[in-house]
Amino acid sequence: MKTFFALLERDITVLVRDLPEFVVRIAMQPFLFVFVFGYVLPNTGQVQSSYANQLLPGILAASMMMAGVQGTAIPLSQDFGAIKEIEDRLMAPIRISMVVLEKIVMGTLQSWIAGGLVFPLAWIIMRNNLSIHVQSFLTLFVLLFLVGIASAATGITLGTSISPFKIPLMFATIIIPMIFLGAAYYPWHALTNVSWLQKIILINPMVYAAEGFRSVLTPQVQHISQFYVVLGLLVAVVILSGVGLRGFIKRAYS
Amino acid sequence: MEKSVIEINRLTKIYSSDSRRRVEAVKGISFSVKQGEIFGLLGPNGAGKTTTIGMLTTRVRVTSGDGHIAGVSIKDEVAVKKLIAVVPQQNNLDRSLTARENLVFHAKYFGVPKREREQKADELLEMMGLGQRQNDYVRAFSGGMAQRLMIARALMHAPEILFLDEATTGLDPQSRRLLWDKVRELNAGGQTIFLTTHYMDEADELCHCIAIMDHGKVLVMDTPTNLKKMVPGGNRIELELGEASDGLVEALKELDISGEVSRHDEADKVILSIQGDQSLIAGIMRVIQAESADIFGVRLHQVTLEDLFIHLTGRRLRE
Ligand SMILES: Nc1ncnc2c1ncn2[C@@H]1O[C@H](COP(=O)(O)OP(=O)(O)O)[C@@H](O)[C@H]1O
Ligand SMILES: [Mg+2]
Repeated sequence: MKTFFALLERDITVLVRDLPEFVVRIAMQPFLFVFVFGYVLPNTGQVQSSYANQLLPGILAASMMMAGVQGTAIPLSQDFGAIKEIEDRLMAPIRISMVVLEKIVMGTLQSWIAGGLVFPLAWIIMRNNLSIHVQSFLTLFVLLFLVGIASAATGITLGTSISPFKIPLMFATIIIPMIFLGAAYYPWHALTNVSWLQKIILINPMVYAAEGFRSVLTPQVQHISQFYVVLGLLVAVVILSGVGLRGFIKRAYS
Repeated sequence: MEKSVIEINRLTKIYSSDSRRRVEAVKGISFSVKQGEIFGLLGPNGAGKTTTIGMLTTRVRVTSGDGHIAGVSIKDEVAVKKLIAVVPQQNNLDRSLTARENLVFHAKYFGVPKREREQKADELLEMMGLGQRQNDYVRAFSGGMAQRLMIARALMHAPEILFLDEATTGLDPQSRRLLWDKVRELNAGGQTIFLTTHYMDEADELCHCIAIMDHGKVLVMDTPTNLKKMVPGGNRIELELGEASDGLVEALKELDISGEVSRHDEADKVILSIQGDQSLIAGIMRVIQAESADIFGVRLHQVTLEDLFIHLTGRRLRE
């Protein structure tokens, strides 16, 4: 257990040291998005002001997802693919699965920090157009918890299966589509007229994250029911953690 | 004193992750390493040295056979990891941390108490000549500095056995010497060391016991002195003379030499080759003086482990 916390302390030390960079990396994109679509366009009349209500939960989900995935996938891919820095931690007197768990905790933490940054930012920018009614804080926390873990598990799955040279490609082919086809910038029910797409994207955990936050923050927007949201996130967590763990173990031993 | 700390028995590794290619990297090797010694695995690139270390240090999955470290099976990963420390072939220092933090965090992973780890970090940074650079990030460290820092890191949790994989490969001669001194110093303090190298002089100078490895097999294992005795002919002294009378040759044979005195005539000189080592030189000189022979040169040909490798495999170590 001491070893586990020491590993965590190492990652937190490094994260805190790079905090300004981390904040800019995490918050810049959501900030611009919120600024343009939640402030500029509604104020110029090109987008309905109620769009802010659809946007906020989606932006929250997208930022959390991005932070958790980036925070685990990029370092892992580099560690296993090139610099082998993680070897010293693999030699720590602890089971390899605990090293994976530590990575999941760390990814989840980064995802939460992102949520904690982006939510107030978005709220300040769009507050005149927003009407938020938090239905249940308990549900909100359950969702934050599940979304954080799902993002970290996604990151571990990607990080252990992609070579460091392919990171830009991973963004283009996996992460960006996950966000754009993840019901972040539009509610899932808005896709009724493109029903093939509406069905396909149900495999994307982002959909459940965004819809889940809609269901607790802006329930007036039509959303997927909380039962299916939690189910979808749980399935994603179980599958991605399993695949990520297997991938990690496969890379950790030769 | 003569206790074994590593025992391996028919240890085998077949890499087969790539389904088309099966590499039998280590083929059923067995040996043991005694407590307190510097044990060396000497062999050319691709011999299977890193794979062997990998299996002993939980990084490589064993295909068959078994091994024990201080009585603990190498399959018991967590227990083994507590007993060992590894300095790998490739720099794997934590680039996000300073030199000192690399040591301190490593010790934290092993649960070394705070007072102890700070004190140990001071000591080891000093010993490895890195005291001045302790607060620098390790990104900019030279090969020799990185190597010394990795050794310091390895020692932070006082391992039973220190594994060094090709610790001096790629270092300049000066850094290499420095590292040898550190290895000897550590061993003098009682540290058991398991090292691999493809430099025969390194194995010869440092190790108490050497296993020569090639194509996944251990060919021979013994002390450097005994290993070199296995080379037919052994050490030789070559004399370059103007002329060699039969009397001279006979007088040389009277000396306490184990084998032949062979003669090789050239246009303007004669070369005599005598089996034996430097202890014979004084006697040889007396004979030459007594016979008033013209001498142009004396050369001592010492058998090296390279000679043994060539004798065993027909190849040089570095090809
Ligand atoms: N991860 C791996 N997958 C497949 N083959 C490997 C792997 N690692 C090493 N090998 C092969 O195993 C053999 C022994 O390699 P290695 O143990 O690194 O030798 P050495 O350290 O003596 O140079 C070589 O033929 C090498 O190509
Ligand atoms: Mg090697």
